[in-house]
Amino acid sequence: MTNANYILRAEGINKSFGAVTAANDININIQSGEKVSLIGSNGAGKTTFMNMVTGYLKPDTGSIIFENKDITQLNPRQITQKGISRSFQIPQIFEPMTAWENLLVALGTSKKKHSYFKSAKSQENADYIDEILNRFALNEFAHRQVSELPGGVRKLLDIAMALVRKPKILLLDEPTSGVGSEEKYPLMDTIAKALSGENLTVIFVEHDMDIVQNYSDRIIAFYSGSVIADGNSKEVLSDSKVQEYVTGKTKLKAN
Amino acid sequence: MINKFYNNLIVQSIFLMSILIIMGLFIPNWLVFVITKAIAYGLVALGIVTLMRGGLVSFGQGFVFAIGGYTAGLLGTQAGLTDAILLLFISFLFTGFVGLIIGPLLARYRDIFFAMLSLAFSMVLYGVLIKIDAIGGSDGFVLPESTYFGILPSTEYADYMLYLVSIILSGIVSILLRYYYNSTPGLIALAVRENELRVEYLGASAFTVTVLNFTIAAGLGGMGGALNGIALGHIDPEFSYWTTSGEFVFISILAGYLSVPAVFLAALLLELVRSFSGRYFPDTWQLILGVFLILSIIYIPTGIGSFFKKFMDKLNKKKNK
Repeated sequence: MTNANYILRAEGINKSFGAVTAANDININIQSGEKVSLIGSNGAGKTTFMNMVTGYLKPDTGSIIFENKDITQLNPRQITQKGISRSFQIPQIFEPMTAWENLLVALGTSKKKHSYFKSAKSQENADYIDEILNRFALNEFAHRQVSELPGGVRKLLDIAMALVRKPKILLLDEPTSGVGSEEKYPLMDTIAKALSGENLTVIFVEHDMDIVQNYSDRIIAFYSGSVIADGNSKEVLSDSKVQEYVTGKTKLKAN
Repeated sequence: MINKFYNNLIVQSIFLMSILIIMGLFIPNWLVFVITKAIAYGLVALGIVTLMRGGLVSFGQGFVFAIGGYTAGLLGTQAGLTDAILLLFISFLFTGFVGLIIGPLLARYRDIFFAMLSLAFSMVLYGVLIKIDAIGGSDGFVLPESTYFGILPSTEYADYMLYLVSIILSGIVSILLRYYYNSTPGLIALAVRENELRVEYLGASAFTVTVLNFTIAAGLGGMGGALNGIALGHIDPEFSYWTTSGEFVFISILAGYLSVPAVFLAALLLELVRSFSGRYFPDTWQLILGVFLILSIIYIPTGIGSFFKKFMDKLNKKKNK
């Protein structure tokens, strides 16, 4: 496969914070439509990689190529406008607003032209927001202030907001963190269902190996700022380095 | 259909404006003057409220207030332009332009740094104005009498004519601002107030929103300054002094950012407290004002606009039932 076929390429990325190396010669190519999970212990460099892809951090050296265009020096807003959206480990939502209003803001920001004298709450916008709420099973929370919502719902809203813009790549930073173990699968099912039907490339950081195996086509394992394994779940989770540094002895699922 | 007509913002505003215009014919002249002055201050405070919606407070709106006032004054004395409506309009455009120029510099700062930088601008202007003798130095100068479409009203009706213009002007500004606040960019401004980083990650520019809000605030501040100058018939560097800027902040806090009419009501309350305490307690009126501010912050921290909003929400709920 030539480089032109990849939607996202990280080429020779290096990043240090003082004496700490957060990214060490990272080379990753991602195809359109892939569901990729990033695994690794805390401080392995997963979130740093995600922050560099979304423009929050700039690599010391190397480049990030999205759809054959170098986006390394762009800021988060410009990268979002190009088609890469993200959600956050701690949901970044607008607390005093309702879930519906949060989505309205997300929808408003996705439009190229704004009318300064037309209400944002137009029927067209309302219909689209209702559709998104429906996809994420958020209807019953639509008109509740988000500061009152439970953790899982806040996570879903955060992801729904990132999806409103119809990105080409969606990065999810630990979508199940802070959620009770019995809620994790329903949450991931809702996310997977909401994202199905979109030709979307999903990259997510996750610690739960069962979720990683169930919801991704490909796993990239990080350790100490370096990629130590990259492949399907069978290959990566049986890798001796991954077992030593990341997972311990995770049992592979039969399928 | 009839309900929709009466629920229309423009219809409601025209109705309220008509009442105020008619009322102006019957209330005493001093109250006409006080209301006109309150509208001038309210316009400036509306600018601060617009900034507040984006999470910023300016401590230096005296800067644009003075620029607006001096623009109107100098156009009157130097260029012979005395039409009040034209002066207000030109002051709005000119200070809006000034806002657009310095907005990008200020928009790089947040919180207290934004507030203090805006204050610094106003104090620099104050320092410059008191030194320029050609425009009256610390004494300022007198403005020529205003005309309206080329007509100079008789002394008896001069105050009322300005009152009439200011009521219509404030009505138009209120309608336009309400439309802006309800629009997508207006909503994004509220989001910037809550979480700027997320707004950037949604693909919008918090910087652009701040510059836009500052430009609007500057234009309104200039228009308020021109109106105040025309109402007083005099302009001086005090327009740019920090205590004047403090009064605008006071009005904005008292009003809150939830309602546009509440800003004018807060401005009127301030003017009335100032007028009455100035008359009955000439040496301690600032003390009265201070106590008034403390009580307002303690008992209505979200401003009197929250009452307006609650009332409107209740009304809408009833209608929906």
